[in-house]
Order: sequence, then structure tokens, then C-alpha cells
Amino acid sequence: MTASPEFWRAMRRYAQDPMAVLGAAIVAVLVLAAILAEQVAPYPAHAGAFVDFVNANRPPDATYLLGTDGIGRDVLSRIIFGYRTSLVLGLTVLGIAVPLGTAAGLVGGYAGGRAEAVVMRITDVFLALPSLVLAMAIVGLFRPSQILAMAAVAAVWWPWYARLVHGMVRSIRLEGYVVSARLIGASPVRIMVGEILPNCAPTILTKFSLDMGLVILLGASLSFLGLGAPAPIPDLGTMVADGANYLPDQWWLSVTAGGAIFLAVLGFNLVGDGLRDVFDTTG
Amino acid sequence: MIRRVRLANVAAFLAARVGAGLLVVFGVSVLIFVLARAMPGDPARLALGPAATAAQVERLRADMGLDEPLLYQYVTFVAGALRLDFGTSLFTNRPVIADLAYGFPASLELALAAGMVMTIFGILLGAVSARFQNRWPDNVSRILSLIAVAMPNFVWALILMLLFAYWAELLPVSGRLSERLQAPPFVTGLVTVDAVLAGQWATLGDALRHLALPAVSLSLPGLAQVARLTRTNMVDVYARPYTEFARAYGFSEREISVKWALRPALIPTFTLLGMQIVALLGNAFLVETVFAWPGMARYGVEAILRKDLNAIVAVVMIVSVAFVVINIAIDLCVSFIDPRIRLQSAR
Repeated sequence: MTASPEFWRAMRRYAQDPMAVLGAAIVAVLVLAAILAEQVAPYPAHAGAFVDFVNANRPPDATYLLGTDGIGRDVLSRIIFGYRTSLVLGLTVLGIAVPLGTAAGLVGGYAGGRAEAVVMRITDVFLALPSLVLAMAIVGLFRPSQILAMAAVAAVWWPWYARLVHGMVRSIRLEGYVVSARLIGASPVRIMVGEILPNCAPTILTKFSLDMGLVILLGASLSFLGLGAPAPIPDLGTMVADGANYLPDQWWLSVTAGGAIFLAVLGFNLVGDGLRDVFDTTG
Repeated sequence: MIRRVRLANVAAFLAARVGAGLLVVFGVSVLIFVLARAMPGDPARLALGPAATAAQVERLRADMGLDEPLLYQYVTFVAGALRLDFGTSLFTNRPVIADLAYGFPASLELALAAGMVMTIFGILLGAVSARFQNRWPDNVSRILSLIAVAMPNFVWALILMLLFAYWAELLPVSGRLSERLQAPPFVTGLVTVDAVLAGQWATLGDALRHLALPAVSLSLPGLAQVARLTRTNMVDVYARPYTEFARAYGFSEREISVKWALRPALIPTFTLLGMQIVALLGNAFLVETVFAWPGMARYGVEAILRKDLNAIVAVVMIVSVAFVVINIAIDLCVSFIDPRIRLQSAR
């Protein structure tokens, strides 16, 4: 996509919204920390199977900014590596769910008739269960692992995009430019990808940002229930669950890991809200 | 005459929604059946454990009907489910439905309490926010909403537990009733309601104290979303000419906010409430686990961790039925508030 004047106007409008900028800053810091985890984390070795009983259960202090856990691992380091796990989960899930759901919504909405009915009834079934319950059932019936958790979350997430895109396609498929493309003889695929999809892009992008937060939250919920990545992979949800066993004495374990999830969700929510405002006014 | 037409509309509306709901439940039953059969490992082997002989496993497989054709197995499963017979739990060795019947009232009580907190305080917060737009009550409530939405349910649960149960020692840490108290005679299964019916006020107080933290932590993210949406819509309505008109007529600000601004703003809120109540069903799995609340959702989590096949299937089916029922109820409520929707869907 070339940067048009409208794009720069939109960016300027985004930059004038302090909350949206705050969100972008949070997301940027988290993403950088996750990518450069080995360099940024104070004790990178603590992300793996590391034991140091002398320094176990230390409350937050100058050496261990967020304290240490029951076997002496630095909580801050594990949180930074935990972000890597969460962001990989979010990107993988949406990397599967967004194209899949968008394709289903495009085809269903544009073709109409039986294809539409089939796609919509299938999404109805997936949306009839809270995502957490369905994802739990999928992971639980098989064997908990990180790959499976991602697949399960993607399986419960694509219908949202199918719904969203379907609705937009329905509302623009009789617009002049779509009809004229058809009259010239453009193929259905060309019309869907070349004419309709670009008009859905801003909405999909906004939802993508909001969903990064929600998917991270869902992934953390799964691992909180013991259905996520197995130990010793650092995972924010698992850290909250492990810390909960040591309440109230080692309170910082759950609170810091929980706060880390909160920060990620907040960042992506703020960016999503900001994008929505920008795109709404540009129309 | 007009009345009869309206009733017919409602009936047609209801019939269409129930039909669609049945289709959804049917779809969920196929989905979970396929998932359960695609599960790696032999359910009979899982049930008997590694010590059983091959012959024993073979006999149980035959008893469970696992050697029959898949379609036959599916029909048997549906026929059982219609009679609320989901088979025996592989873990408790009791009929799954008996285990669920034990946990269901506890979950219902928690969900109802959380739903009430979410609805009342969400709408209230949103309305106050809109009335004092861009003044301090609005700013405080918007920041609180932002925090409440982004904080996961289970983190809320742990933080509230830490603050109010461990540090302030105001409320109990977990469970549904103190051990020294006896549960009131069983009428509805909701301890709070049963305590009122039996006139046991001390028990009621204790049950409410146990209910407070789980209900609040379950409701918070939904509450914040309700508040945000109510605020946005009310701000919109405040800008309309008829609000100005009412103000010109000299109605008090309070009357304007309740009668003019809030009512039309509530319609989207109701739709959101439906979605949030469904989200409650899901998040209950987390909150019940944190507070050791003896409900259906915690049973579901345990069933999944233990690979208790029949129990997993039953929990998923019941949640999907609850989803369909709640959605029909919400649609019906919205259609009574907003006649446009009723007429549209009846056509």
C-alpha cells in the first residue's frame, strides 16, 4: 500500500489522541522487549529450568525488581520471556484466524445463496459457546501443548472475522464500483480481492488490534487453567496460577504476572480504540 | 385487533428464534461428538487404567458401544442427551448428570449475582459518566472502565481476594458457606434464596459474604463494557434536539437523564448485555476455580484436566443450551423495548 495523503492525515489524527499514543508506546515497548528478551531481561537464564534456592521467594528489591519465585527465578525476566510466548501465540492465532475468517466471510457474503447459509450456520455453532469453553474442550480432549492451544484458539476465533467481513460484504456488494467491475467482466475472485477486500481492511485492522489483546487474554486463561505451554516455558497465565498457590505471602508472583497480562491487553485495546476513531471519521 | 397482531408477531418471532436455536444446539452436538471421537487414546482404556487386561478393555468398549458405526453412536448419544443421560463420569463413577445437578445451582447463583452487579452498576456508571460528561466523575469512571476491561477475570479474582480476604480480612477466601453453618433446606439450590425462604438470616449474611468477591470479579470486565457503551450512546442522545427541547420545557436534569437520555441509549446496551452474560458463562470457569466455588464450571475444568470424556461433553452441551436460552430471552426483551426489531423479524 502506498502512503496516500489520507494515510498521513489519519496518522496525524492518531498522533493527536494521547490515549492512542500511550497504547502504541506500550505495544512498542512490549514487542521490543519480547524480541530482544535475551538482551533486555536481567537474568535470561531464569527463563528456562533454573534453580537458586538461596534467593527463592525474595520480595521485589533492587536486585530482583519484581522479586523471585519459589525456586529463585527472577520474575521480571520470566515476564519478559512470557511476553514472547504471548505475542507469538497472538500473532500465530490471528495469522490463521484472520485469513481464514476473511475468506469465509468474503465468499459467503459475495456468493450468497447456499454458500452463505452454510458459512453462517457454521459460525453460529462456533459462536454458541464461550471461546474459553470451546478452546478448553479442544485442548483438554487432546494433549495440552502450546501448538494445540494456538490451534484451539484459532479454531474458535475465525468465525468472528467471517461474521464481520460477511456483514461488510453484504452492505457494499451492490455499490457502483462493485457492480461496474462485474459488468466489465471481472472474475468473482478479482472483485472480492481487488474491490471489496480493500474496503474492509480498516475495520479488519482495528479488530486485529483489539483481538491481539483478547487472544493474549484467552491464551493466558487457558494456561492459567493448566492447559497451556508445559513448564518450564515462561507463560504469563501459568505464572499467575503458580503464584496463586503462594497467596498471600508471596503475593508479588501472581500480581506482577497478572499485571503483565493487563498491560499487554490495555496496550492493544488503546491502539484498537485509537484506530477505530481514526477510521470512523475518515469514513 | 392491534393486540392480537402484536401477539402473533411475538409468536412468529419466538418460533423463528427457537428454530434457529435448535439448529445451533444440533451443530454443537455434532461438533463435540466429532471432537470426542477424534480424541487420541481409547476412552475404555482411559476409564479402566493401565492395569486392565485387553479382554476387559474390549468388553467395556462393547458396553460403551464404541464398536458400533459412528452414526449409530451419534444417534445413541443424542437419544441419551435428550433424556439428560450423558453416561457415567469416568472419575466419580456417578451419572454425569447427577454431578452436574449438584453444581448447577451454585453456578446459577454466581452467574445471577454477577449479572445483576454488571447490569445495575454498569448502567449506573455509564449514565453518571454521560451526565457529567468530561467532568471528574466521567474521567474517573472512564479510567476505571479502561482498567476493568483489560484486566483478566482471574487476575481480578486474585487481587480482590488478596485485598479483601487476606489483607483486610473482611470477606472469606473461598467456598460457598462457612463450615460451621448448615446449608438451609433445599428448595431452589441457591443458598441465598433458600436462606431467605427458611428465615435463616445469619446463613443469608454468610452466603452473601461468600458470594461477594466471586460475583464482583466475575462481573467487572462486563460491567466496564456496559458502562462504556451506555456512556457513548447517552452522550449521543444528549446531543439530540429532543433533549434540548425537554430542557427548554424546564424538566430537571435528573428527569432528562432518566426519561430522555437513558431510555433510547439502553437498546444497544441490552444487546451487549446478552453477549456479556454469555461471556460470564465462560469466565465462570476461571472465577470458580480461583474461589473454589463448588459449581458446574469448576467441575468442567476438573473434567477437562482429568480427561473425563462424558463429563466434558455434558458440560459443553449444557453451556450451549444455556447460551441459546439466554440469547432468546435477551432478543425477546430487546424486541419489547424496541418495536422496530420485533416488526422486522416477524416479517
